Amino acid sequence: MARYIIRRLLQMVVTFIGATFVVYALMFANQNDPIQALAGDRPVSDNVRQVLTEQYHLNDPFVVQYGYYMRGLLTGDFGKTLTGRPIGDVMSDAWPNTIKLALLALFFATLFGIGAGLVAGLRRGSAFDNTTLALTLVVVGLPIIVLAPIAQLVFGVKLGWFPTTAGARPSLYGLILPALVLGAASTATMLRLTRASVAENVRADYVRTARAKGLSARRVVAVHVLRNSMIPVITLIGVDLGTLMAGAIITEGVFNIPGVGSKLLLGIQTEDGPLVVGFVSVLVVVFLVTNLLVDLLYAVLDPRIRYE
Amino acid sequence: MSDLEMAATSELGVRPSADPSAGPASTARTRSLTADAWYDLRRNWIFWVASALVVLVVLMAVAPGLFSSADPTACTTRRQFAGPSGGAIFGYDFQGCDVFSRTVHGARASVLVGVFAVLMTGVIGLVFGMLAGYFGGWLDAVLSRVVDVVLGIPLLLAAIVLSKRLSADQQGSGIATVVIVLGILGWTTAARVMRSSVIAARSQDYVAAARMLGAGPLRIMWRHILPNALAPFIVVLTIALGTFIATEATLSFLNIGLRPPAISWGIDIATAGKHVRESATPLVAPSVFLTLTVLAFIMLGDAIRDAFDPKLR
Repeated sequence: MARYIIRRLLQMVVTFIGATFVVYALMFANQNDPIQALAGDRPVSDNVRQVLTEQYHLNDPFVVQYGYYMRGLLTGDFGKTLTGRPIGDVMSDAWPNTIKLALLALFFATLFGIGAGLVAGLRRGSAFDNTTLALTLVVVGLPIIVLAPIAQLVFGVKLGWFPTTAGARPSLYGLILPALVLGAASTATMLRLTRASVAENVRADYVRTARAKGLSARRVVAVHVLRNSMIPVITLIGVDLGTLMAGAIITEGVFNIPGVGSKLLLGIQTEDGPLVVGFVSVLVVVFLVTNLLVDLLYAVLDPRIRYE
Repeated sequence: MSDLEMAATSELGVRPSADPSAGPASTARTRSLTADAWYDLRRNWIFWVASALVVLVVLMAVAPGLFSSADPTACTTRRQFAGPSGGAIFGYDFQGCDVFSRTVHGARASVLVGVFAVLMTGVIGLVFGMLAGYFGGWLDAVLSRVVDVVLGIPLLLAAIVLSKRLSADQQGSGIATVVIVLGILGWTTAARVMRSSVIAARSQDYVAAARMLGAGPLRIMWRHILPNALAPFIVVLTIALGTFIATEATLSFLNIGLRPPAISWGIDIATAGKHVRESATPLVAPSVFLTLTVLAFIMLGDAIRDAFDPKLR
C-alpha cells in the first residue's frame, strides 16, 4: 500500500509540474514587453526598468522564471494580480463559494443518481427504468450553456421558485438551482452507471448465497448489492470533479456567483497571468488529489483489491 | 416476493425469449463480427433516430438554403423581438435577426468544428496509441505521462486558456483556432482506447504468425492490428464529435471561440441569455438545436458500442 501511494505521488508530481508549466508557458511566453504593459502609455525610465527586470527575473531564461514561480507557489506565495491584489486573498474569497456549490452539486448527484439508479437497476425494464433512462440520455446531451440559462429562465424568471442570481454573498437556498444545474450531467452518468452495475450484481452468486442464507431483501440490497455496485460509481466521482470544475465556470457566470470559476474566467479575459496560473495550479492539485483518494477508496470498498 | 427476486426472474424470463424473436435466419448461418454488429444496429431504434438527426444537421450545414431562404445577417432593430412571420417561424431576436434562419445557419460552424477536430484527434490518437501500444517500454511510459498531463487539466479549462492565447491577435471567424485547440487537447481518450486495443491485439496468434512470415512493424500495425482495434476507436471518436460541438458552443458562449462573422449557436445563446426576460425563443431555438446535435452523436456512439460489445447484450 505504502509503495503504491509513493508511486502515485511521484506520478502526481510529474503531472503537476507538466500541467502548471504548460499553463504558465501559455500565459507568459512571448509577452511583448510586460513592463511597458504595466506602465501603459507613459514612458518607463531605465532605472525603473532595471529594478523591475531584476525583481521579476525577466532577464533569466524562461524555465528559470518558472522555477522562481514554483518556489513562490510551494511556500504559499501566489503573487499578486495585475491590479495589485494578493492572489491568496482573492482565493480565500472565492473558494468557500465554489466549495459550497460543488459539494451541493455532488450531494444532489449522489442522492438522485445512486437512489434512482438503484431502483432502476433492481426493476429493469419497468416504466420507471425506461423513463429515467430516456431522461438521462437527454441530460447527458445537454451542454451546460443550454441547461444553465434555460433553468434560470424556467425556475427563476417564469416560475419564481428560486432566485435568478445568487449575488455577492450567496445563501444556501440561492445555490440550490445552480447546484442542480452543475450536478445534472454527473447525476445522469452516475444513474446509468449505478443502474448497470446493480443490474449486473443482482445476478451474482454472492447475492444468491446471501438470499439463500435467509437475509432480508433490504440487507441484501443495502450491504451486498449496493456496496459492490459502488466501485465504478466512486471512480466516476473522481473523474466528474474535472467536469464539475469546468461546469462551475459557466454556472457561476450565469448565476452570478463570485466563485473560483467566475474569477478564473475574468482573469483569462483580462489576461491576468498570475491569477490564472495560480487558480489553475490549485485546481489541478485538487483534481489530482481527489483522483488519488478515489483510487485508495477502492481498497476500502473491495477487500479483494490490493495495491502493490 | 422482493424486488430483487422479481428482477432476477424477469431477467431470466427475458433472456431466452429474446433469441427466437431475432428471427429464424439468424440462427441458420454464422455471421462475422461486423455483420453481427450491423444486424444488431439495424434493430436499435436509437441508432435510427440518431442517424436521422445527424443527416438532418449535416444537410443544414451543407445547404442551409433548403431550410430557410432568409439571410441570417439581414438584421434590423425595427423588428426587435417581433413575433413569428412568414419564413421566420421563431420570430426575431434582440438585433432583429431571423431566429430560425440564424439557427439553421449555425449548424455549419458546429459541424465543421466537430468534423475537423475529430479528424485531428483521430490522427493524433491513432499514431500515439498505436506507437505506445505496439512498442511499449519507454515510449509507452513517456506517451502515457503526456496523456496524464493533458488529462490533468479539465478539457474546458485548458481549452479556454489555450484559445484565449491562440486567438489573441487573429482575424477571421476563429474556426481554425477552435479546431486546433480541440485537436491538441482532445486526443487523449482516443489514444488510450487505441493503446489498450493494440495491447490486446498485439499478443494474438495471428500477429505472431504475421511476424514469423516476415511482416514488418508497419505492415503488422496497419493490416493486422488496426482492423481489430478500430471499433472502440470509432465509438470514442463519434462521442467525441458530440463533445467537441458542445465545447465549441461553450467557448463561443464565453466569447473566446468563434467570432461574429461566423454564426454559432454558442454566440446566439449567450446573446439571447442577456435578453431572456424580454423574449425567450431566441434562447430556446439554438439551445434545442445544439442539444439535439450533441445528443445525436452521443446516441450514435452509444448504439455502435452496444452493437460491438457482446458483453452488454
